[in-house]
Amino acid sequence: MNRRFRSVALAVAARSIHNVFTNPALILPSVVFPLFFFAAFAGGLARVGDIPGFDYDPGYTAFQFAFVLIQSSAFGGVFTGFGIARDFEMGFGRRLLLAAPQRPAILVGYLIAAFVRAAFTMLVVTVVALAAGAELNAGGIDLFGLYGLAVLVNLAAALWAGGVALRVRSIQGGPLMQVPVFLLLFLAPVYVPLDLLTGWIHAVATVNPFTALLAAARDLIDGDAGTLGVAVAISAGLVALFGVWALRSLRRAEAAGG
Amino acid sequence: MSSFGHAGLLVRRSVIRTLRQPANLVFSFIFPLLLLAVSAGGLTATTKLPNFPTNSYLTFALAVPFIQGALFSANSAGTNFAEDIESGFLSRLSLTPLSRSALLTGQLAGVVALGLLQAVVFLAVGLAAGAGFAAGIGGLPVLLALSVLITLGFGTLGALVAIRTGSGEAVQGMFPLFFVLLFLSSTSLPRDLMSVDWFRTVATYNPVSYLIEAVRSLLITGWDGKALALGFGFAAAIAVAGVYLCSRALRNRMVRT
Amino acid sequence: MSQPNGIEVDGLVRVFKKGPRAVDGIDLEVPPGEIYGFLGPNGAGKSTTVLMLTTLLPPTEGTARVAGYDVVREGAKVRIAIGAALQDAALDPFLTGREHMRLQGGLHGLDRRERERRGDELLERVGLSEAADRKVGGYSGGMKRRLDLGLALVHRPRILFLDEPTTGLDIQSRTALWEEVSRLSKEDGATVFLTTQYLEEADVLADRVGIIDHGKIVAEGTPAALKAEIGHAHVEAQPANEEDRGRLDAVLERCDGDLTSIVRELDREGIRVARLTVHEPSLDDVFLAKTGRSLEGAGDDEDELLEEALA
Ligand SMILES: Nc1ncnc2c1ncn2[C@@H]1O[C@H](COP(=O)(O)OP(=O)(O)O)[C@@H](O)[C@H]1O
Ligand SMILES: [Mg+2]
Repeated sequence: MNRRFRSVALAVAARSIHNVFTNPALILPSVVFPLFFFAAFAGGLARVGDIPGFDYDPGYTAFQFAFVLIQSSAFGGVFTGFGIARDFEMGFGRRLLLAAPQRPAILVGYLIAAFVRAAFTMLVVTVVALAAGAELNAGGIDLFGLYGLAVLVNLAAALWAGGVALRVRSIQGGPLMQVPVFLLLFLAPVYVPLDLLTGWIHAVATVNPFTALLAAARDLIDGDAGTLGVAVAISAGLVALFGVWALRSLRRAEAAGG
Repeated sequence: MSSFGHAGLLVRRSVIRTLRQPANLVFSFIFPLLLLAVSAGGLTATTKLPNFPTNSYLTFALAVPFIQGALFSANSAGTNFAEDIESGFLSRLSLTPLSRSALLTGQLAGVVALGLLQAVVFLAVGLAAGAGFAAGIGGLPVLLALSVLITLGFGTLGALVAIRTGSGEAVQGMFPLFFVLLFLSSTSLPRDLMSVDWFRTVATYNPVSYLIEAVRSLLITGWDGKALALGFGFAAAIAVAGVYLCSRALRNRMVRT
Repeated sequence: MSQPNGIEVDGLVRVFKKGPRAVDGIDLEVPPGEIYGFLGPNGAGKSTTVLMLTTLLPPTEGTARVAGYDVVREGAKVRIAIGAALQDAALDPFLTGREHMRLQGGLHGLDRRERERRGDELLERVGLSEAADRKVGGYSGGMKRRLDLGLALVHRPRILFLDEPTTGLDIQSRTALWEEVSRLSKEDGATVFLTTQYLEEADVLADRVGIIDHGKIVAEGTPAALKAEIGHAHVEAQPANEEDRGRLDAVLERCDGDLTSIVRELDREGIRVARLTVHEPSLDDVFLAKTGRSLEGAGDDEDELLEEALA
């Protein structure tokens, strides 16, 4: 990374972060929605932890904490896609394309912003979960793995959504960024472990790559890093895949004149 | 043209416009069914909890789309109304001899029609997927009447926000609030199976719980007088309050514009 | 690298999918330090040309070198050398003027101190010091244009592209912007490629003008040369008594625009005139002569309206 590349990336990141944290309409949804899911699931469904066959030591609150943590970092990435779409819709993208000698630096800038936004959300979710009495059996290394995994998910989601945004270049592309992520998240063992799912949802969840990530996150909270390797491999694969997608989308945006 | 004729035209316009928007269809039909599929799939194991009222989570969860559809209708009623205010259509109408109540009826007709259609579709899909309907064929008109009343009630709330603010964005902004109302109720579990105290309290004070439980009683138990009375009571109260507040707000707006 | 600070365009074409040949074979050359006015009605292809020259849009055919670099193969180098204020000043309504300056400085790799200094200097220069800490969402059209111009100057570009910088502005803002642009050219020696729909703007500001219509350059030269090319001033007169009309026209015909002889002849024939006007050829006459249409109202929209009316 040369100096110009870094300076473009930092400028784009600083501006996106500034916008997000000074506009309640932009930051609130990404914090409130996860907390709301957490309240509805960990609070409303607490008895689900008593179902015969549900054995997860840290308890149902911690079980849902894992989901909400990963979910919020994924949506932090999707919301960054919204921001990119808005920028290119109003022509601001052209200003960036014009000033950046190396244009992938723009993408990197948005990714940094996505990371900061997700880090903030993850912090809030963690604090709330601890306050709500989630018991984490995780050690330092496990926590490192847990947040690292969340960051990879954030990166993959931001690359996916950013790629869509650079192709559609309009906020109309919002559902296209959001719905697949939503489906991937919810067609997984959200409420109960995989073995308690039956029928079609069991079949779908078994092949859903997100299932392995979620399982690893829950295992880490339980102090077990055994499944982390697979989860990291899967999420790194997604990052690579959507990285290529996003770069190709950037080329599209360039060819269309921003 | 008579006020009645005007209202008829508005009804037609409102119905056509509501049913013709593909986005409406996605949010009114596909999204609730998708959530139904996800929760029916994911939460089936909860029927193993002691005292769970049925052994089919699908039947239990089928009540939710009825309410959710109504919440989306509120959104679409509000959005349509706000559009009319933003475009000046409402100002034009206020120059005609049309009465406020006729205007309101006309504007809400679309969502009521949508509500009816939703109820039929949700029931059909649910039954086809293997859900039960304990009240049987005699329960059908009751279920439809309840659905329409609920849709009307939430529709007036959407319209109220639109009339008060005149802004489609404000209507969109209350959408998450509806979601909160829905999820902090007896959507996913019966209230007596909620073990977290604050949650059970919130759900008990949340009127949405009683709407869901009324629909649910028709599906699971058949004829439960108390549940139905509470459901119809809350739905009617919301609708009456909504219509009253709307027509008051409309009086202010039509004076101002 | 014949023109390190200039622009050389050779057979440039841009075809849009499902669209017209927006730019249809353009050749032009702008030497360093010149203000080149690209004049044409709405939809003529001005913005498309600017987008290609600023590396935002790849050409379909042809080549262009800006600051000595090929816009397709050496885009990154071109972007370092140029500044641009595009047609719709894309500003972020949530940021203040000063924050825009910081962002732009960062994008161009200025360090923190230089960013602040240069930002303050440019805000002052475009007259926005007072408004610098207000959100851009509340700026007037003129203020947005001026900020956009200031932003384009952050990295001291050698070549400046301005796409319709004054469209929609009031007379005062327009004149202020003209002064600023001339200053850039005269004092800083910047090359300026400026598009406009306004004849007056091209006339006042540009050293040389290219007239573009339907993607083709139909005339090019200094404003004076272009006007001279289509003929000199002609005279119109209104007789005091309508019965003199025939004799008056004969005099005008005979004297062929020479004011002195017209006056002398009229005096000799005893024709009294109510009004005598000298009509200098304008760039509009040039446009009319080259395209058969008047520039004012030759745009896209009017064409469509006309087609609709005829259909
Ligand atoms: N992205 C695009 N897709 C299709 N057609 C376009 C696009 N951009 C411009 N055009 C068309 O190309 C022609 C030239 O447009 P433009 O360069 O914007 O003209 P000007 O800037 O002179 O008003 C117009 O007919 C316009 O409709
Ligand atoms: Mg243009």
